[in-house]
Order: sequence, then C-alpha cells, then structure tokens
Amino acid sequence: MSVRIGVITFPGSLDDRDAQRAIRVAGAEPVALWHGDHDLQGVDALVLPGGFSYGDYLRAGAIAALAPIMSEVKDAAAAGMPILGICNGFQMLVEAHLLPGGLIRNAHQQFVRRDQRLRVENADTAWTSDFSAGQEIVIPLKNADGGYIADAETLARVEGEGLVAFRYVGVNPNGSLDDIAGLTNERGNVVGLMPHPEHAVEPGFGPDTSAAMRSGVDGLGFFSSAIAAVVSAAA
Amino acid sequence: MPTIVVDVMPKAELLDPQGKAVQNALHRLGVEDFGSVRIGKRFELTVDGTVDEALLEKVREIADDVLSNAVIEDVVGIEVVE
Repeated sequence: MSVRIGVITFPGSLDDRDAQRAIRVAGAEPVALWHGDHDLQGVDALVLPGGFSYGDYLRAGAIAALAPIMSEVKDAAAAGMPILGICNGFQMLVEAHLLPGGLIRNAHQQFVRRDQRLRVENADTAWTSDFSAGQEIVIPLKNADGGYIADAETLARVEGEGLVAFRYVGVNPNGSLDDIAGLTNERGNVVGLMPHPEHAVEPGFGPDTSAAMRSGVDGLGFFSSAIAAVVSAAA
Repeated sequence: MPTIVVDVMPKAELLDPQGKAVQNALHRLGVEDFGSVRIGKRFELTVDGTVDEALLEKVREIADDVLSNAVIEDVVGIEVVE
C-alpha cells in the first residue's frame, strides 16, 4: 500500500517542505495540508512541522493550536492516527493539550542550533518503533523556545508512565526539566520533540558522523516507524 | 469605551528567563535594589457595548483558555477600566 502522510502548513511554518521531502525519502507519499481547512484529505498519518507560526505571538504554537484544522487533528489523535509534532509542531501539540506540560524560552535566552545527541527512551510509539530503547541518535536542533517544563505532579506522571520519548544526552541545550527532548501520549500515536528528524534523512545533508561529513540519517527512523505503524494497522 | 484589562504572569515557581535577563542588566547598571524582576503580559480588550456579568464570565474563560497557558502561567488580574 502507498502510505499517505499529511504535513500541515501554518502561517510561519518553515520546515513543511523539508518534512514533505523526508516523507518521500522514507518511501511514503507526502500530502500538503492547510491550517485553514477542515480536511485531512484522508491521510494515514500527520506531521506538524517546525517554524515560527504567527511569529510566536502570544506563546509559541498557541495561535496555531487554535487553527481550524486542529479540530480534525484532535479527532484524528483520539482515533489513534500517528501524529508527529516537530519543534513548533511540538509546541502546538502541548498548547492543544495533546501532550502534557509546556515549552518556554531557553534558559540561556539564546537561539540554539546544534547537532544534538538524543537517547530514545520509548521505542514503543508509532514514530520510534524502528529504534531500540536506549539507542542514541544525532539530529539537528534549532529553536529559541525549547525549555520543557511541567509541574511536579505532571513530571512524575510523565516519567512514571514512560511518556518521555527522547532525552538530551551530553548537553541539555535549553534547560529542559529531566533533559526531556520529546514526549509521547499514553497510546503512543502522538509524539512531539524539539529536534528535527526531517533534517537528517539524506546523506550529504545531515549531521556529521564518524564515517563522513553530513552523512547522518538518524531521522529516517521516525518516518519509517510511522509507515510501518500504518501498514500494520491496515493489515 | 470600556476596556477589560487581563494580566498574565509566569508561574512564581517557574524560572522566568526574560525577567532574569532584565535583572542582570539592572545589576550591570549598578541598580541593586531589586531581588528579582518578572515579566508578564497585559491584554486590553476593548468592549463595543456594555460590560455585564455574562461578558466578564466570557473574559474569564478566554483568559484561562487562550490568553494564558495554565501549565506555565497564572491569570493574576481581570479589571474593567472605563
């Protein structure tokens, strides 16, 4: 079957085309979706891409989380559709209460861009099943509002229920509590993270590795995992 | 026209990087009188008609659901200014 993965473009999205390309590289068909529509065009999975929707006005991701298409996104999340929020998309998912906690300005107040090492903490989600628990990956990180926070009760629940999907390794680039880089919901279909898997899917354009410059393709596993999840759900 | 002012502040227990940066700048200027600086947001909602209890209830809802994020912020004031 040909798996169709939608990428929603919001006003101020930057990485929607990169996400579409990553989906194509991984072997699925990308479908461009628009924030102002009430139509997911029958896609099998969804990506909320990075960028600076509405210029980060109000709070990062807050206005986009109120976009018309988000009512369909919430329904799809409840129905179990694989949904990935990257960077600004992650901020939208927490603002839409599809993932717990919040994201605030980096503790050092700076925009940060680096190739970031992460540990996959939960390999049982729709977007991480092609990794193994404890596996370390390197993908680019680039944001100003990436500090993950939650109250003590929420943090205890997130940790206790295994909802931490990714943790920063080596360097905590933004002051996130418990080095949290990404989360999953209880069901494992909704995943969000600050770093950018879509920028590490093609040799020549990814992070450096010990083998060769720019050869890192650790981001591919996100998309291949979702494709596998859709295929197995349809079988 | 009446205006409803909504004030939102980052939660006291969470770090406020913006406020901290301003406090550090004040210290550099030699201002040592303030233990901390915190930065919040002020929303001014201009009312086309009159303010009644139903409208204030709507403002309370909007303040909680849209103007603030309860995870990271508190609504610290809703005030009608003529």
